[in-house]
Amino acid sequence: MVAIPSRHKSLALLGGVLLAQVLMLAVQIKRDSRGRLIRVWAVTAVSPFERTGAWGVRTVRGVWTRYFALLSTSRENEALRIENDALKVTIAQLQSRAAEADRLATLLSFKQSHEDVPMVGARVIAASAGTASRTIEIDRGERDGVRRNMAVITPDGAVGKVIEAFRDYSQVLLLTDRDGGAGAMLVESRIQCPVGGTGDPTLVMKYIPSDEEVKVGEKLVTSGMDKIFPRDIPVGTVMEVKAGYPFKLIRVQPAAKLDRLETVIVLLTQAPVEFKKEAEAQNTQTGGQPSGSGTQKAVPAAPAATVRP
Amino acid sequence: MTEEYELRSGETHIEVHKFYPGAIVMMAVAALVIQTSAPVYFPRLAILDLPLLVTIYFGLSRRNPSTGLLLGTVMGLAQDALSGPTVPLGFYGIAKTIIGYLASSIGARLDTEHPAARFALTFGFFVLQQAILVLVRRLLLAQPEAWFNVHLAVAAAVNALLGVVLFVLFDRLRRR
Repeated sequence: MVAIPSRHKSLALLGGVLLAQVLMLAVQIKRDSRGRLIRVWAVTAVSPFERTGAWGVRTVRGVWTRYFALLSTSRENEALRIENDALKVTIAQLQSRAAEADRLATLLSFKQSHEDVPMVGARVIAASAGTASRTIEIDRGERDGVRRNMAVITPDGAVGKVIEAFRDYSQVLLLTDRDGGAGAMLVESRIQCPVGGTGDPTLVMKYIPSDEEVKVGEKLVTSGMDKIFPRDIPVGTVMEVKAGYPFKLIRVQPAAKLDRLETVIVLLTQAPVEFKKEAEAQNTQTGGQPSGSGTQKAVPAAPAATVRP
Repeated sequence: MTEEYELRSGETHIEVHKFYPGAIVMMAVAALVIQTSAPVYFPRLAILDLPLLVTIYFGLSRRNPSTGLLLGTVMGLAQDALSGPTVPLGFYGIAKTIIGYLASSIGARLDTEHPAARFALTFGFFVLQQAILVLVRRLLLAQPEAWFNVHLAVAAAVNALLGVVLFVLFDRLRRR
């Protein structure tokens, strides 16, 4: 039998391993499969360490703050912070809806909706393992009601969507990922457009015709058209507008601090946020008297502050 | 098997280092956990590529191309799996397989113990990995990607500097 030199053996092994991975890549792309099983294994194997690490950091922080600060003050601050976060979400949406109501005052009698949207608070325990993607891992999973394609937000604005939900953990695709994005709307001009990530810290506004006027500093909110995010959640602020054909080149600074996420809120519903027609809304407010305006302008439901920290 | 032996090639001799049991596994897991956890608290640390540093170090030290490329494969696939479904399995895997093979092949021919050599090699391997990632993204995934930017040069230098420091710490895991 002919002996194979050691160098050739390792070269053959290199070729074999590379070929296997290229084939694996090809299979994934062709079938749009992400090899869920191996991801489950990897995440399950590493997540306990990440969770332990996050627990360790929290413990050290907790001991520090609670030892050197007053115990009751620390607890009170924690409770107030959670309450404040929930209130900020409500306030942000109410402010946006109030602005819309001002513009459409003659057409729309804006009434506050009482539709509840259940939420759950989650801690960020890990980030992406490389710069090729922008994802985070949170400590809430299927046991907490988290499912794929649920919206993830912070009191500052939209964060992303759940792309994988494991038993106790979930992975969240940030808006800034190449594959991330959301349906958005310019607050002043009400132009609807998708925003997406490029792998950079900023977002890009897509498909705005070159003849539309977009101002630097203009705010964007979610449009609700993507069936993931409810309407009127802040998305970002236009930071740069360049001429282009057929579409403008527009960069957007995300409203949420996507590179400094420690806690987030998952909206526990995959159903589109229910809209109340004005007539129905007024009906509710006036005790069943028809409004008579006939306007069918929809208004969004307000997420209730039912955050489970 | 001897705990430490030497490859002899003419006048030069290069040590092949052995490590305490579990040292490689421990460092590999630690690198992955820190890689995913640290940027949550310190976002700027996302610039680091600890799995790459572990692949390079143990490739250079073990000096066996087969184990080097297999370690690179494992580290790369784990990094893929932990990067979320938008990164296909094999993306980092291919790059780190090649880096692991090259590191162990170079380690078998050159003395890579000097800090300057370690800095240069880590810098070079980081840039090479990035080139492979761009190639994979362009050729296999059909996605646009820039070949070079300032961020890459800074990241390569930072990782190379960290590598010089970390490799000294890793040296303590060697069997004497």
